[in-house]
Amino acid sequence: MTTTQKQGQKPSSGITLPPAQAINGGEAVAYAMRQIDPEVVAAYPITPQTFIIEKFSEYVADGLVNTEYINVESEHAAMSACVGATAAGGRAQTATSGPGLALMYEMLWVASGMRLPIVMHLCSRSFSAPLNILCDHSDVMGMRESSWPMLIGSSPQEAYDQAVAMPTIAENKSVLLPVANVLDGFTVTHSVERVEVLPDEVVKEFAGEYEPDIWALQPGSTATFGTLDANDFYFEHKRQQVEAMKNSLEVVRTQLNAVGEITGRPMNLVEEYLMDDAEIALVVLGSSEGMVRAAIDQARADGIKVGMVRIRLFRPFPVADVRKALEGIGAVGVLDRAIAFGTPGNGLLQDLATSTRTMPDRPLLMDFVYGLGGRATPKQLFRQAVDEVLNMNETRVEPDEPAYLGLK
Amino acid sequence: MDKRLPIEVRWHGRGGQGVVTASRILASAALKGGYYLQSLPDFGAERSGAPIAAYTRISETPVIDRGPVYEPDAVIVLDASLIGQVDVETGLVANGTIIVNTANPDSPALKRLQLKPGQQLWTVDASQIAIELIRRNVPNTPILGVFARCFSVLDIDTMSHAIDELMSETFPPNIVEANLKALRLGHDQAKKIEVEVGANA
Repeated sequence: MTTTQKQGQKPSSGITLPPAQAINGGEAVAYAMRQIDPEVVAAYPITPQTFIIEKFSEYVADGLVNTEYINVESEHAAMSACVGATAAGGRAQTATSGPGLALMYEMLWVASGMRLPIVMHLCSRSFSAPLNILCDHSDVMGMRESSWPMLIGSSPQEAYDQAVAMPTIAENKSVLLPVANVLDGFTVTHSVERVEVLPDEVVKEFAGEYEPDIWALQPGSTATFGTLDANDFYFEHKRQQVEAMKNSLEVVRTQLNAVGEITGRPMNLVEEYLMDDAEIALVVLGSSEGMVRAAIDQARADGIKVGMVRIRLFRPFPVADVRKALEGIGAVGVLDRAIAFGTPGNGLLQDLATSTRTMPDRPLLMDFVYGLGGRATPKQLFRQAVDEVLNMNETRVEPDEPAYLGLK
Repeated sequence: MDKRLPIEVRWHGRGGQGVVTASRILASAALKGGYYLQSLPDFGAERSGAPIAAYTRISETPVIDRGPVYEPDAVIVLDASLIGQVDVETGLVANGTIIVNTANPDSPALKRLQLKPGQQLWTVDASQIAIELIRRNVPNTPILGVFARCFSVLDIDTMSHAIDELMSETFPPNIVEANLKALRLGHDQAKKIEVEVGANA
């Protein structure tokens, strides 16, 4: 097998692929952004998002895109520029990480409340202090209630494939919400891997043009965006967002399927590994999937019937899909890569507990906190987690407190 | 017999020596060889002179492990002064290969390596080659030549193509040419050192 042979390989839809690239997750996202060629990209550089905007600004400088690239003074301004551009009828994208996301927090809600289909690539990173630039999901959890559909990939390939799908999800008329394409900081953004890309024209055709029904600079229109709503209709507008979020779930499914059909790489809201005959399971988000799968393989070799569920669509949380995946499972270990201080359970545990609470034979849950601030979690630790979940399945006693994997 | 796939490599060097670039070139060569690959820097504060590490994985199946390489098939040390400061040989597999950039194959630093029977030690004066040809101490391309000599999955021509393609994006032709020469010189000048097993165990 050589790359030249690979070049002629046809995916399921019969198109001829460009050669595979050895690029990292950040460059893979920038590649998709170049192909989509949004009208506006506004961003402020922050580690580990920098690969995306460095590469994309090269494309701008080289004249490979028609994008208006705005070097803003902060992330708050980045999201504000995207809000303005999208309200004016353009297609806009941005990218950020951890503290950058925190700084644009106000505007996250403005973007979703104004129902503007912005695409953001979030390179997950811890929050300071103490200062840390590495990966965890504190930022992901920090925006989970802001009415943004959020997809979390596990590899540079998925970061690319999802990036291709994102605008069509956001701009769907039954959704009209900003969307986040999450890629784990460093472990995906900086990991150079083999990435199969699509031809430019295929992505352009798939993404199409953004065609809003109303926009702020529409001639003759009296539409206004983000005006004072006080106690007149604010409540009703928020209720509408609930529906938009609900609608987005099936739109995400359809659009991931559509991209999967072109690439030959299926993508599901919830990805399962060895779940068919599993009695217990681990549930994970993002790029730790590989190490978890390695641990599952080890445990299987030791005769333990364990599987893995990876949740790709984090918001809206795919309750029905998760329940289906966990049907008949006795005990589940939930892998949380962020702490929700002072809450009765960390983020993913809360979601699992709420989703499964009315299942007739709900699985018992135990929470594992791991990988904070980029702490590497070798497969042996996930293998230990499997043993603890197995033990819980036998004792039928759920612990009140989370376990901390790899804490010194 | 050299190792077939999958191969996991751990790089050790100092900021500025081109550790991350070398790992990336190796990964690009793997793509050219038709394989799956990964090049992952170990993330710390990257500053000139600080010890840094990177990992390369080459495989016939998609690489899904995203984290440090704990049991490398190859360890590549771009700065011999790291030996003793960093446990460069940690986890090296039983028949693993360690490649060290040093001017002196008899140096006491090499004797500090805790190698086991079956493990191979190769040296090359990559810094000297780099200074002579590239006019800068960037020993990464000569040492890739040694890798090509030790591991037959990627030959010297594939490595050469990868360097040419990657470096041509940012460097003028004369620098690229110097690196291609350095690659071949590294390949040719590499020496296999007889390991005194357990001398310091």
